[in-house]
Amino acid sequence: MSSIVKQSSDDAFKDKYHYPIATKFRYGRYLAAAIILFIAILIVHAFVVGKIDWGVVREYLFARSILTGIVNTVVLTIISMFLGISFGLIAALMRGSSNLVVRNTALFYIFFFRSVPVLLQLLIWYNLALIFPTIAIPGLFSIPMTEVATPFVAAVLAFGISQGAYTSEVIRSGLLSVDRGQAEAAKSLGMTKGQTLRRIIIPQAMRVIVPPVGNETIGMVKYTSLASIIQYREIIYSAQTIYFANAQVIELLFVCAFWYLVVVSILSFGQMHIERYYNRSSRDTAKGETKK
Amino acid sequence: MTPLVQIMDVYKNYGPVRALNGVSLDVFKGEVVCIIGPSGSGKSTMLRCINNLEKISRGLIKVDGEIIGYKLVDGMLHELSDKLASRQRSKIGMVFQQFNLFPHKTVIENLIEGPTHVKGTKQQKARDTAAKLLNQVGLNEKAHSYPNQLSGGQQQRVAIARALAMEPELMLFDEPTSALDPELVGEVLQVMRGLANSGHTMIVVTHEIGFAREVADRIVFMDDGMIVEEGIAKELLADPKHTRTQNFLTAVRA
Ligand SMILES: Nc1ncnc2c1ncn2[C@@H]1O[C@H](COP(=O)(O)OP(=O)(O)OP(=O)(O)O)[C@@H](O)[C@H]1O
Ligand SMILES: [Mg+2]
Repeated sequence: MSSIVKQSSDDAFKDKYHYPIATKFRYGRYLAAAIILFIAILIVHAFVVGKIDWGVVREYLFARSILTGIVNTVVLTIISMFLGISFGLIAALMRGSSNLVVRNTALFYIFFFRSVPVLLQLLIWYNLALIFPTIAIPGLFSIPMTEVATPFVAAVLAFGISQGAYTSEVIRSGLLSVDRGQAEAAKSLGMTKGQTLRRIIIPQAMRVIVPPVGNETIGMVKYTSLASIIQYREIIYSAQTIYFANAQVIELLFVCAFWYLVVVSILSFGQMHIERYYNRSSRDTAKGETKK
Repeated sequence: MTPLVQIMDVYKNYGPVRALNGVSLDVFKGEVVCIIGPSGSGKSTMLRCINNLEKISRGLIKVDGEIIGYKLVDGMLHELSDKLASRQRSKIGMVFQQFNLFPHKTVIENLIEGPTHVKGTKQQKARDTAAKLLNQVGLNEKAHSYPNQLSGGQQQRVAIARALAMEPELMLFDEPTSALDPELVGEVLQVMRGLANSGHTMIVVTHEIGFAREVADRIVFMDDGMIVEEGIAKELLADPKHTRTQNFLTAVRA
């Protein structure tokens, strides 16, 4: 044993075994870089010589109706996702119920709204006035349907309800991912079912729920463009209104693309932070030891 | 003196499986009762029925004179509401084999969760009590760690402190040391010994025969969902009457 220690501190011994390690030449990396660069040059070149008027892009980037459009897109996304997550949570809890009727109602909701295309749901909600001219509870109130089923309301219902059907599956798998012992420990402390769910199960389920719901939110930003067909004034509808008049089609579509990139970047950043928050107790990221 | 826990002819079926097959047992205040028996004999089931984590199929369990999980009205048992059932559980502490600490909360947050949200204790008061309990289980410097930063033995000691924070009148332990590496068993048993000596009423399912001999007032041997034999700890271990008890003890001592 002592002889080994002596040997390794011996310079001659070291020199004998310490060869330098050659840097590996990464051919693949350079090749890929060369190809990508070439393609990028082609694309940039195409747009430079192409008949695109960058002045127009710049002019409309902050045009009032474009800004209103992107704000409407964001508003529709947020409200639809809020509704979707709420419905999703309710449906997920209903699916876990011991009541047969409640459970099957949830299953039917999920089946139905995942089967009917969102575009179709948009058109149906928007055109409900055709079959129900008024909404009324006799003796209490009566409102013409056209006042209720505005493009905004129709879009929120269509997106929110169908999103709920998808999100319920995500939430359900999140709830199931939490160990059964957690609910038992909470119960044994005397927590009610509601407290157990709110304080113990859901916070842990969030680790599983947040990434896919984040993806779905980003998807929703883009889905909302469908609402342009029922005249909801989101960004693509606004851009179309402009280019139908001035014929600068590509320029305005580029303006839209720019704003979608901005919104999605912000959302991705937010998602990253939320994920980090719900992962805080993992051994590798936790700072519990050093926290005050 | 009426017993703190009265288990009266209790049956528990899981479909065709008879997990409890007519169990009767009394546990008095301040007593430490250890339950031993082979795997599948119904030890966990009995413990879980006492704090209503499982509903019994037949019979009656009373803790401190209250029927667990039911209310007797006109000779009929009516299931308790979630709220009342929760209140009953809050008076019974339970320690699990797998610790079941809340991983998203720090140690101190685990300890104050029950007091602040179930009993309505003020934050500061709950924190003071929690600090004392952590001291008692020898973990005051871990107050702000997360459970997965602790060893198994430390986690189980936190779990015991969490149950104690509710000031339960009865503590249930389901094989609290079975998931631990051998060198960590001692520290948990040490804490439990302390509780026993300070007069807590405890029902402990365990395979630690040495611990049972030293700490238990009584030992209950279960097999096939029934209590085969019970008696003063030292007497039962030294001189088991039933062959099944004898065989089991021979097997675990081997
Ligand atoms: N949720 C359940 N569903 C169906 N059967 C169950 C359930 N829980 C327990 N059992 C059965 O009930 C019987 C008693 O189980 P129990 O867990 O009480 O045994 P135990 O004495 O605690 O055993 P161990 O020492 O392995 O923990 C076993 O046959 C088991 O398979
Ligand atoms: Mg068990």
